[in-house]
Amino acid sequence: MGRYGATHAVLTVVALTMLLPFAWMVLASFKPLSEIEQINPIPTEWKPGNYPKIFEQIPFAKYYFNSLFVAAWVTLLQTLTSAMAAYSFARLRWPGRDQLFKLYLATIMIPGVVTMIPNYALMVRLHLLDSYTGLIVPAAFSAFGTFLLRQFMLTISPSMDEAAAIDGATHWRIFWEVILPLSRPGVIVLAIFTFMGTYGSFFWPLVLIKSEHLRTLPIGMVYFDTIYGRQTNLIMAASVMNIIPLIILFLILQNYLVKGIQLGALKG
Amino acid sequence: MIGAREQAEATGGAERRPPAGPAGRAGGLHSRTRTTLVALAFLLPNLSGFLVFTLWPVFYSLVIAFTNYNLLQAQPHRWIGPANFIKLFHTQDFWLYFINTFYLMLGLPVSIAGSLCLAILLSQRIRGVIVYRTLFYLPSFTAGVALFILWKSLYNPDFGPVNVVIRAAADLLGRNVHGPDWLVSTQNLLGLKVEEVGASAKDFGLGARDALMFMGIWVAIGGSNMLLYIAGLANIPQDLYEAARIDGAGRWALFRHVTWPQLAPTTFFIVVMSLIGGLQGGFDQARVMTLGGPAGTTTTLSYYIYTKAFEDFQIGYASAVAWILFALIFAITLVNWRYGSRYVND
Repeated sequence: MGRYGATHAVLTVVALTMLLPFAWMVLASFKPLSEIEQINPIPTEWKPGNYPKIFEQIPFAKYYFNSLFVAAWVTLLQTLTSAMAAYSFARLRWPGRDQLFKLYLATIMIPGVVTMIPNYALMVRLHLLDSYTGLIVPAAFSAFGTFLLRQFMLTISPSMDEAAAIDGATHWRIFWEVILPLSRPGVIVLAIFTFMGTYGSFFWPLVLIKSEHLRTLPIGMVYFDTIYGRQTNLIMAASVMNIIPLIILFLILQNYLVKGIQLGALKG
Repeated sequence: MIGAREQAEATGGAERRPPAGPAGRAGGLHSRTRTTLVALAFLLPNLSGFLVFTLWPVFYSLVIAFTNYNLLQAQPHRWIGPANFIKLFHTQDFWLYFINTFYLMLGLPVSIAGSLCLAILLSQRIRGVIVYRTLFYLPSFTAGVALFILWKSLYNPDFGPVNVVIRAAADLLGRNVHGPDWLVSTQNLLGLKVEEVGASAKDFGLGARDALMFMGIWVAIGGSNMLLYIAGLANIPQDLYEAARIDGAGRWALFRHVTWPQLAPTTFFIVVMSLIGGLQGGFDQARVMTLGGPAGTTTTLSYYIYTKAFEDFQIGYASAVAWILFALIFAITLVNWRYGSRYVND
């Protein structure tokens, strides 16, 4: 223990408070239904079969696929469109650039519910309700992503593109082969945030999706919970399955993430 | 996909005018137009999405807030002036949901202060900082429908572990309690009444709003606010502490006169972002855990907008509520612009 004994004691208590609900969830996911209402959190009879069971009771694999599919497309498109716009804002000079950028900035604070209603009406009119396109396309553009990558691109020395331009490189090649690789940390941070945000997004899919085969994980989970709410063991198994990709992502990318939050936000 | 097609067009556009870079400096005026065209080509995919899905909707939503637009009614919607706003200000429920939104935000000071304490503890030279940080960050990283479903079980009044722990603690003190009814109780720590704006002693207790508030603290305390404070603490010059120590400052004085003022920009940023987030918040939790109940006590403004727009399809009225929310957030943003710049120049 030594000098920092008290600190470690406090931190350990907090860490346990954070961890115990997750532990309870994992333990409950291995319980038989008969033990769900028992206070002992540890199953007396372990039921790993709960996990395959959720795939039988609901199209869980389909939900998984939909979430990953939509999140992957949104991440790809949003990162690309943001990076291209950021290149335009950070590395090129053109009339009206700074005014347009201010307009972008001004919209970042607009609450989602304000734009959600007209966007829903637009989807109705374009017959995009209940479709992958309706889930992906409105999320493929981000003023915040543009802002974040612009800030990164501004820190790159102008000599980089000048050297490439003297070699006769096109703007697309300067963007793709010089600026984008140099903005890698920013691009990765934006990609992680976008992926996670889309993977967990709830409001938009909830209003947009009606068909079972198009449900994403959060929507599928809520229906599962409504219909099989008493089968807490299965619900917990589904919840564990839901957050596992996030935990894996976090453990792999946590350094980027922590730096990204600290950098992106402080400059904002 | 539309986005992919636009992207192809934009890149094609850029490549069709290749030598813009080098020729640019040689060619004078003509090349400046060319650079502008290249810039527009790069901007086009993003700008078109921005115009269609952000800028147009903002104005359109303001317009329909002044109409009786209803997706269920066949007749064309018409201009009704500020009637929606007048109606909502006279609707008791609106004010109750307004109060609910603020009630859930009462957890913010606790969570922000907690984030600061954790950040200070983690900024010492101790072992295992990364392990602690990872564990603290876990709830906010995984927050979402799955965690809210988990907390619904944790708050179960009969066999949920929250009440199990409360009962065990009470037992140690020789008391016999059942524990609060959490998500099915309308009681709250401020004793707010259910049916009308006001407070009474019989409404005092722990209920659904408190459950969501405590969960919110659990989620946020080790999240990005803590990371921001850790970064802020690392940026404080050590000689400030040394100078203060030479002046004989104790631990509290060091915090009061060095740490706290030095962290002011970070705190300001966190408070502004938390207020903005809090005003818009509460939808996911309410939809997953309580459906806005019991008796509407966990219905926040965003959940109210959802039910009005997507259950009753009164999108004119819902847009009016959304604009009230927007106005509040805009006011905070103005404060941020006015006073934030004083802090942000680092």
